[in-house]
Amino acid sequence: MEPVSAQLSPTTRARTRATCSVAPAEIEQTESSEAPAQVPEPDVPWVTLVHNDPVNLMSYVTYVFQTYFGYSKGKATKLMKDVHYKGRAVVSSGTREEMERDVQAMHGYGLWATLSQDR
Amino acid sequence: MARRRARAGYFEPVRGGGAAIALDEVEISILRSLAVQLLELVGPGDQPDGADDDPLAQLFTEGPSKPPDDPALARLFPDAYEETEDAAEFRRFTENDLRARKREDALAMVRVLDTGGPVIKLTADEARQWLGTLNDLRLTLGTRLGVTEDESSELYHLPDGDTRKPLVMAYLWLGGLQESLVESLMH
Repeated sequence: MEPVSAQLSPTTRARTRATCSVAPAEIEQTESSEAPAQVPEPDVPWVTLVHNDPVNLMSYVTYVFQTYFGYSKGKATKLMKDVHYKGRAVVSSGTREEMERDVQAMHGYGLWATLSQDR
Repeated sequence: MARRRARAGYFEPVRGGGAAIALDEVEISILRSLAVQLLELVGPGDQPDGADDDPLAQLFTEGPSKPPDDPALARLFPDAYEETEDAAEFRRFTENDLRARKREDALAMVRVLDTGGPVIKLTADEARQWLGTLNDLRLTLGTRLGVTEDESSELYHLPDGDTRKPLVMAYLWLGGLQESLVESLMH
């Protein structure tokens, strides 16, 4: 239904949406004007972290990693085990917008996920 | 190799990507009741004052910025950032959509259950929706029960009179359903 919005991350979409209703011409500037000087380097990647929880089934978590990220069974299983035994694992990395999409998707699957800048 | 279709109590893969299960009347009624309770729990969320039914207005309506007070809801709608401010902004723009999707999935389960049993056949899409709802139900019950990774927990050895016992049994049963549905979809 929203082919364009679907490709934008949730907050970008919302920022755009909020801007649209008032001043369409300023869409491009919205994000840069929101970024103060102390914001970390833009080329430092962001990561999606999935955290361990006692309820989600190991098979289900592996299924999610295979289905959503398209990872091989081996890679998905390894990530699932990292989450389970180490408490959390980085499951994807990229721009902040991409990671917001991934985290939103993980929440959709019921996984406990956060994004943060990889430092 | 012969494979029995719709083995009682567990999902089996179906040609074309779906899954099938045989459930008796009691199981159907329990599952339906749990899905309806989940619908009531997830609800539309806290609507800001002045929110109305105008679809255009809804499009511009922001969601909540704080995590839900109910621990089960907080687990279904977790923070996306450790930083409170970022988490609040993300939540404002995503929680309503996520609630809507979880409702749609639970409603899809209710609709299929209402077509009656004993054999419940799910299309690939319905199977994905069921998987989501089964997981939401387990997250909800698991949070209510305080489930941990300790498999020798007293939860699994409760006396018959304990009020938590039916919930624990439902939790374990849902786990079996979900596990076999995952296996069917990965088939």
